[in-house]
Amino acid sequence: MSDDAVSPEEVRHVAELARIDLAEDEVEAFTGQFGEILAAFETLDEVPEVDREADLTNVMRPDESRDPLERERALENAPETEEGYFKGPNVS
Amino acid sequence: MSDAFITEERIEGRDEGPLAGRTVAVKDNISTAGVRTTCGSRMLAEYVPPYDATVVSRLKEAGATVVGKTNMDEFGMGSTTETSHFGPTENPVAPGRVPGGSSGGSAAAVAAGEADLALGSDTGGSVRCPAAFCGVVGIKPTYGLVSRYGLVAYANSLEQIGPFGETVADAAALLDVIAGSDDRDATTRTEGDDSSYADAATGDVEGLTIGVPTELFEGADEGVVETTRAALGELEDRGAETREVSLPSIEHAVEAYYVIATSEASSNLARFDGVRYGHSAEAEGNWNEAFGRTREEGFGEEVKRRILLGTYALSAGYHDKYYAKAQDARAWVKQDFDSALEEADVLASPTMPVPPFELGESLDDPLQMYLADANTVPVNLADLPAISVPAGETDGLPVGLQLIGPAFGERRLIRAASALA
Repeated sequence: MSDDAVSPEEVRHVAELARIDLAEDEVEAFTGQFGEILAAFETLDEVPEVDREADLTNVMRPDESRDPLERERALENAPETEEGYFKGPNVS
Repeated sequence: MSDAFITEERIEGRDEGPLAGRTVAVKDNISTAGVRTTCGSRMLAEYVPPYDATVVSRLKEAGATVVGKTNMDEFGMGSTTETSHFGPTENPVAPGRVPGGSSGGSAAAVAAGEADLALGSDTGGSVRCPAAFCGVVGIKPTYGLVSRYGLVAYANSLEQIGPFGETVADAAALLDVIAGSDDRDATTRTEGDDSSYADAATGDVEGLTIGVPTELFEGADEGVVETTRAALGELEDRGAETREVSLPSIEHAVEAYYVIATSEASSNLARFDGVRYGHSAEAEGNWNEAFGRTREEGFGEEVKRRILLGTYALSAGYHDKYYAKAQDARAWVKQDFDSALEEADVLASPTMPVPPFELGESLDDPLQMYLADANTVPVNLADLPAISVPAGETDGLPVGLQLIGPAFGERRLIRAASALA
């Protein structure tokens, strides 16, 4: 493995950024795999700079109001609701 | 219940229409109003969409009967359908083997005769790979031909919904129904409006020039290469001409694909927080702690791996090194295909470089699995259409021939592929 091999601390940091808790054995497995996968990603360094001639146009529509999804239906899949609102975890 | 399906439930369409009397299996990442749509994930095991995807509305309008929601790799992340929370699907034509993925249940349902037709989604080969492994036809349309409204996003700059059928004409008839512009997906184009793809399935390849990119045959299984070459020989016997072409950018395609796909996934899957829908952990603590637990429990290993890789690739200090470079590679792959398609009408390769894996064979080494996508991901990077059509068998295992065409060249692909199935 190269010098840039990934450390368990980096895996934990990224998992925290992504809001995914990991078990210790997952951290260990991902550390090894990420080292290998990121080494493969490094070969992109050989790619020359390329003119990106994307032919893109904006898609516009009139700004008109239309009926939204009914509140009741929007809440149907929510694990927890209160007085017609989603109920989430405490902020702090 | 058949292991091709996560949910078997009939949704009746209109009495009349081009698909009246035909049954269609729908991949479980395509929203069906009132019928749960799980994406093969514990996260969405109980999720019931309040609306239909545009393609589902079009199926109903065309008179089709939906027979169920098919098994898939979790959120489309895999090439075997084994990362599904609901367990694997066995390949109906190759016992003990995987059906390919991620749309493995859709291909298996058609191969086993449990549905006449099926819909899948193809982000890096997820329609073509299972079509090849199950010996059926699968089409990955040009980016923008088919509406993605109601498709649960994995990597939205790469993916398209595509049809499966036993024959090219069948798959083309389903493409006619789902293609066309949609106000609800601003990336759709008008080229598929009033299409007549099914009429193009004439099998006439007289005078067709087929480019054969050497890079897409290198490193492939010998039996797969032989079977693919034999299918190309059949097309030559019917008046097509083959010539070698080169795609030098291709050697970086898999890496570029995985950087872009995981980056987009890390953003798209941020929505799953257990508040508005989906699994919610019984967690104490503040919202960061609750989200972390919910996502640990709700996502499987491959999904976590890809979200974390994408988060890493986009994190401070790494964006230029990975993501910007991958976009350069993507533009280079596009240019390469454009030049190759100036020398030939279509390009041909094995769809998958290997025959179907044995069940359980391939879960341990993610990098090896990613490399198996070498022939399919370049097409998504270039936004082009491609079709996988049965080429024959090697040691009793199905092999698919992939044909790639210019943007919105679906008719040409359908005409060429219909010479074989």
